[in-house]
Amino acid sequence: MSWVTKTLKSTLGRKLIMALTGLFLILFLTGHVSGNMLLFKNDGGEAFNIYAKFMTTNPAVKVLSYLTYISVIAHVIYSIILSRQNKSARPIGYAESKASTNSRWASRNMGILGTIILIFLVVHMQSFWAQMHWGDLPVVTYDGEEYKDLYSIVNFAFQNIFMVIGYVVAMAFLAFHLSHGFASAFQTLGWNHKKYSPAIKAIGQFYCIVVPVLFAAMPLYIYFTS
Amino acid sequence: MKLTLKIWRQKNSSDKGGFATYPVDHVSKDMSFLEMLDVLNEELTEKGEDPVHFDHDCREGICGMCSLYINGKPHGPLQTTTCQLHMRSFNDGETITIEPWRAKAFPVVKDLVVDREAFDRIIQAGGYVNVNTGGVPDANEIPVAKTIADLAMDAAQCIGCGACVAACKNASAMLFTSAKVSQLALLPQGQVERKTRAEKMVAQMDAEGFGACTNTGACEAECPKGISITNIARMNREYFSAVMSSDNV
Repeated sequence: MSWVTKTLKSTLGRKLIMALTGLFLILFLTGHVSGNMLLFKNDGGEAFNIYAKFMTTNPAVKVLSYLTYISVIAHVIYSIILSRQNKSARPIGYAESKASTNSRWASRNMGILGTIILIFLVVHMQSFWAQMHWGDLPVVTYDGEEYKDLYSIVNFAFQNIFMVIGYVVAMAFLAFHLSHGFASAFQTLGWNHKKYSPAIKAIGQFYCIVVPVLFAAMPLYIYFTS
Repeated sequence: MKLTLKIWRQKNSSDKGGFATYPVDHVSKDMSFLEMLDVLNEELTEKGEDPVHFDHDCREGICGMCSLYINGKPHGPLQTTTCQLHMRSFNDGETITIEPWRAKAFPVVKDLVVDREAFDRIIQAGGYVNVNTGGVPDANEIPVAKTIADLAMDAAQCIGCGACVAACKNASAMLFTSAKVSQLALLPQGQVERKTRAEKMVAQMDAEGFGACTNTGACEAECPKGISITNIARMNREYFSAVMSSDNV
């Protein structure tokens, strides 16, 4: 076994992959939420459609998107490997446990939260990402150039109240996942220092609320304005 | 005080085990938890029954021998060792559930006694410094900054009781291992074997079947010696830099 595979098979190596992919996905979420803010622009979806075309055709974005797919897949696979390892480390559980007195709920349920987010992700990508790539979308023309009208699909999807509720609930789970994951990733990387750990924690708590709230606001905005 | 004790009884490591309930009477609130168990064991012995086996040694909170998962928490409701826990922390008429540490790497030997030799093997893997023996070195021969010495002493406070493993939802031994890795990585005497130590101790920790760290902080919250999870971050740094730069290919 080479030193690389040996390291990646160690618990710390596995955690390193979870942290790095998790942080990359946090970067992705930041970009995703920033771009999708265009949905709030009252222009019939023009800016959003132009942005969507850019995001699916620009070569640099393509590289980032493949990194994102790889991060999602690695994050999921390693979480399964680690969960199984963790489960087998305690074959017999406690009859009575007061875990809530020593740790936060989200930190103990990252696997469950992640699973729900993964289910949401599959539905979400099927609804929009797959449509944008392979779906038969209506076409709109801005300044003589043709664009796929992804906005109309988004707009239609969020006329459905159940879709809206599903999205808002999924964002609540994302918030809990991030509330632990953000600071936890830095701790795993070894970035724990009295000078900047309080800042990392504070940014993490800010991020885990702001980003999911902005995401959740999008379906709500579309539902209530159209 | 009148209490009902719900205690895990298990004949040996291959026995399935189960809970047995014992009523105890005339418990003084000034008794330590282990003294209360001593009283129970005296009664059981007088009745010709097998006494409840549990680990203990110094009863001063310094040796790390006592354990017990009491009412859902390692070492009971206070952040201290079980031997330093007193019955005044409980209410009259209460039912107290007592379980052994639960971890694959800590197999139950009998009743509440678990085998914690996995910790010894982690230490044997690298938790030491090799020095030439000889005359007693002069004090302050090797300068150590007070701040560094304090951090190393904080880490060195670990008594190896295993409460971190017991508290962790993953039965992870990161806090224990990181305390020793940190203590020696901080001090000048530990520099020679610094890289191999981190690699070997982490490898041994994994080989023992402990879980990974989810950074819940439960270990830190329950550690009777208040070992901080900043040590886990330090161990991660030590380990990652060791695998990137050590000579072990």
